[in-house]
Amino acid sequence: MQALYAQLLVGLINGSFYALLSLGLAVIFGMLNIINFAHGALYMMGAFVAYFLLNLAGLNYWWALIVAPVVVGIFGMILERTMLQWLTGLDHLYGLLLTFGIALIVQGVFQNYFGSSGLPYAIPDQLKGGVNLGFMFLPIYRGWVVVFSLVVCLATWYLIEKTQLGAYLRAATENPTLVRAFGINVPRMITLTYGLGVGLAALAGVLSAPINQVRPLMGADLIIVVFAVVVIGGMGSIMGSIITGFALGVIEGLTKYFYPEASNTVVFVLMVLVLLVKPTGLTGRAA
Amino acid sequence: MSALTDDTLPMTPRAMRDEMIVFAAMAVLLAIVPFTGIYPFFVMQALCFALLACAFNLLIGYGGLLSFGHAMFLGTAGYVSAHALKVWAFPPELGILIGTAAAALLGLVTGYISIKRQGIYFSMITLALSQLLYFIYLQAPFTHGEDGIQGIPQGHLFGIFDLSKPIVLYYVVLVGFLAGFLLIYRTINSPFGEVLKSIRENEPRAISLGYKTDHYKLMAFILSGTLAGFAGSLKVFVAQNASLTDVHWSMSGEIVLMTLVGGLGTIFGPVVGAFVIIAMQQYLAGFGQWVTVIQGVIFVACVLLFRRGLVGELAHYLRRSL
Amino acid sequence: MKTTISALLLGTALTLASAGLASAQDKTVKIGALSDQSGLYADLAGPGSTLAAQMAIEDSKLKDKGWKIDIISGDHQNKPDIGTTIARQWFDVDKVDVIVDVPNSGVALAVNNVVKEKNGVYINSGAATSDLTNAQCSPNTVHWTYDTYMLAHATGQALVKAGGDTWFFLTADYAFGAALERDTTAVVKENGGKVLGGVKHPLNTADFSSFLLQAQASKAKIIGLANAGGDTTNSIKQAAEFGIGKGGQKLAGLLLFLTDVKAIGLDTAQGLNFTETFYWDLNDQTRAFSKRFSERMKNNAPPTMVQAGVYAGLMHYFKALDALGGNPHDGAKIVAKMKEIPADDPLFGKGEVQANGRVTHNAYLFEVKKPSESKSPWDLYKLVGTVPGDQAFTPLAQSSCALLKK
Repeated sequence: MQALYAQLLVGLINGSFYALLSLGLAVIFGMLNIINFAHGALYMMGAFVAYFLLNLAGLNYWWALIVAPVVVGIFGMILERTMLQWLTGLDHLYGLLLTFGIALIVQGVFQNYFGSSGLPYAIPDQLKGGVNLGFMFLPIYRGWVVVFSLVVCLATWYLIEKTQLGAYLRAATENPTLVRAFGINVPRMITLTYGLGVGLAALAGVLSAPINQVRPLMGADLIIVVFAVVVIGGMGSIMGSIITGFALGVIEGLTKYFYPEASNTVVFVLMVLVLLVKPTGLTGRAA
Repeated sequence: MSALTDDTLPMTPRAMRDEMIVFAAMAVLLAIVPFTGIYPFFVMQALCFALLACAFNLLIGYGGLLSFGHAMFLGTAGYVSAHALKVWAFPPELGILIGTAAAALLGLVTGYISIKRQGIYFSMITLALSQLLYFIYLQAPFTHGEDGIQGIPQGHLFGIFDLSKPIVLYYVVLVGFLAGFLLIYRTINSPFGEVLKSIRENEPRAISLGYKTDHYKLMAFILSGTLAGFAGSLKVFVAQNASLTDVHWSMSGEIVLMTLVGGLGTIFGPVVGAFVIIAMQQYLAGFGQWVTVIQGVIFVACVLLFRRGLVGELAHYLRRSL
Repeated sequence: MKTTISALLLGTALTLASAGLASAQDKTVKIGALSDQSGLYADLAGPGSTLAAQMAIEDSKLKDKGWKIDIISGDHQNKPDIGTTIARQWFDVDKVDVIVDVPNSGVALAVNNVVKEKNGVYINSGAATSDLTNAQCSPNTVHWTYDTYMLAHATGQALVKAGGDTWFFLTADYAFGAALERDTTAVVKENGGKVLGGVKHPLNTADFSSFLLQAQASKAKIIGLANAGGDTTNSIKQAAEFGIGKGGQKLAGLLLFLTDVKAIGLDTAQGLNFTETFYWDLNDQTRAFSKRFSERMKNNAPPTMVQAGVYAGLMHYFKALDALGGNPHDGAKIVAKMKEIPADDPLFGKGEVQANGRVTHNAYLFEVKKPSESKSPWDLYKLVGTVPGDQAFTPLAQSSCALLKK
């Protein structure tokens, strides 16, 4: 039973990454109507930027939490302005193909310069060590990841669902022409939204840098799991994608305990089941 | 939303004649390859991928369904054929048959699941399903994990044709490719193909006309998967191994890339695209480390600049359907 | 791919004269260095292996005896298809005599079949699979450097003898991981140790915490990592996070390379045990070679054991050619000669090319140094134990190679 609690907690940590990434995907999808295949590559870039900040500029983890999402977000906005923008009005599948191409380029370039084995990034001193919870040894850093990503997710939800800016965003998703008529610069909003979604991915990257090796391919497989999460949750609602993210992390954690061999496939199997029972996804509207 | 392809030219007898001329030219060119000094193994491999890309193109170009998991058919048929040939000592024709049948069955199951959603969701689901299969094959004992199934006997097709002779194998693969290609061509121009195109253009309207669009989409998915599997079974004889790379998502990406380069929804585009990409992998790998980057750049360039692909642009210029 | 690097630069009168004397014998050789130049194995093999091959050509001094040796390199991109097509083309079109390196077990086994069919020579240094010298052995193949049996055996034996008698495994859930776990378990039990349990994790797992918790709870003295690449580095990193080293448990990597340790960093990797057959800082000869090597590498990295194996394998191949007095272009004949000559090179020391193609040489158990003990960027290991070659590798009696049944 004690082990079970531990696995639940560990699952939540996994879920934090799923939640942050699927949230970013949902934000981008809501506004641009594209699935950002480059999300995994941008997540990886976030981790690399954290590494560079530490080793080249001497800026520690706490700076990286702020700077890396901004840097990668700006990179994303440049991508949106120079490439994605030209796809407006075309079939959405082109967005998928384009971002897949971008992912290949980014991952390839990083692999070329930094090899495959990756680079080390240490846990910041303030978060080193762990607490003995009685039923498990919880590294402080893990606890921090859960709390911090929960806060970020909720803040994003608040921004989009409860603020004036968010209202414009949601309106522009429904009817861009009308919103433009109100004198709002819709293309700029789209660019900023893409930047926000990408920034979330980069933030997840920074959070994962002290846990995982910073590797060029760290996001390549993860993104496919996140796609399945997104299919399960549906991308219609922000809160939906947050909850599904955390929930699937927990389910995966439990699988790791009860039947570890299937822990990589459980999310996909769930996706199949959800599709058979409720094709639109748990919270989503029809695509 | 504009359609993925601009295949708006009506199918006239003249267009049909043009296409048959190009097809004949392609068949003759391919038939004389062994006498030209071009390395036949390269061409055989390219032919397998060309058939695979054509099968994929049937879905995207004519059904508007972008499958990001077609590697699962290639890999499944490959593994099943390889296992049948090596462990059960099946003759080649049965090996091909059982591999293709396995792909057809897989197409039925995965098709049933994935056509429940449209557009990008469909792509993500196919990708997720193929990743699921990847993990299953990785762990299943009969695939031998990352070692793969090796040293597969080529045997004698129908007891007559010795497939271990490169020239015999070449013509067998060529015949297989041409047969698959013609089947796809026939499908596209059949009433079934017309309904598919109408679903691509406007699904609600097709439904209102009384078509059970899900049936058509599932049929197209199974057919596409079966032919992709056929390509996978043929490839077993060329490569003499079956490995995890054939089920990996990057392979699915390459299939998409081949078709995109050649031209989505063009008849000959996938063939051209497959030759270009395979040639690039084999001969331009002098850039060594940059292969994936180059592939990414081609993706981006195709989407931004040449959405019609090589053949599509040519056809557009000539105002012909190719 | 076709970066043909002509090793023959001197057209001196001397070489011409000696070539004239031996004109009856063909003295041309073409080497194909087939590797992963950009992916997972590029750091531990890749361009460094090509460099090692070039150095072997230079050090063999064969060109002074009138030989003409060329080398080409190729990138198999970790795809068996591409690997076999390159290999076929090398034999058919480029007239390559010998293929070296080839990391990635899947590609290595696929190429093994092509080399056998074309009767070439195959000196593998990069692949882990022990099948190359067992079920799928070939008269054309020599396997240098390491394999799964050796890794499991040497690490298991040395650690149990050092008191690590209870084990828990973290195993990658596919053939490779299973083989490592099986072989290690056997040797642990043989030496009186006990395996308390294990958990199979899927390939490319990002988060190992659940598995590490189970390992921690098992209270085993040694946690054996029967995985590779990113899985190994991530599990080591996260083990440090969970305080596993501090709790008295030891990690044993069953497949780990110099480049991995460098990538994890000493802070995290310190205290880790594992086996390699070569380390640049072993003795004067390895240091001298590594110095020359790293001066020519792009990031001044010293050679890994795979790269060293390419060098040693080719040196031995050249010895066999020299003994034959010319290149018969008959792979099986050359490999037979290689098996006759005892292996002895500056990097791996004395050894034997066994009838199944397996090369035996010493294996070393290393421990990763503490950051305070390290004096230079690549000063990473300290030697804890040596397993002699005849004990480290599969005993011939146990080999399932068909060549042995004659």
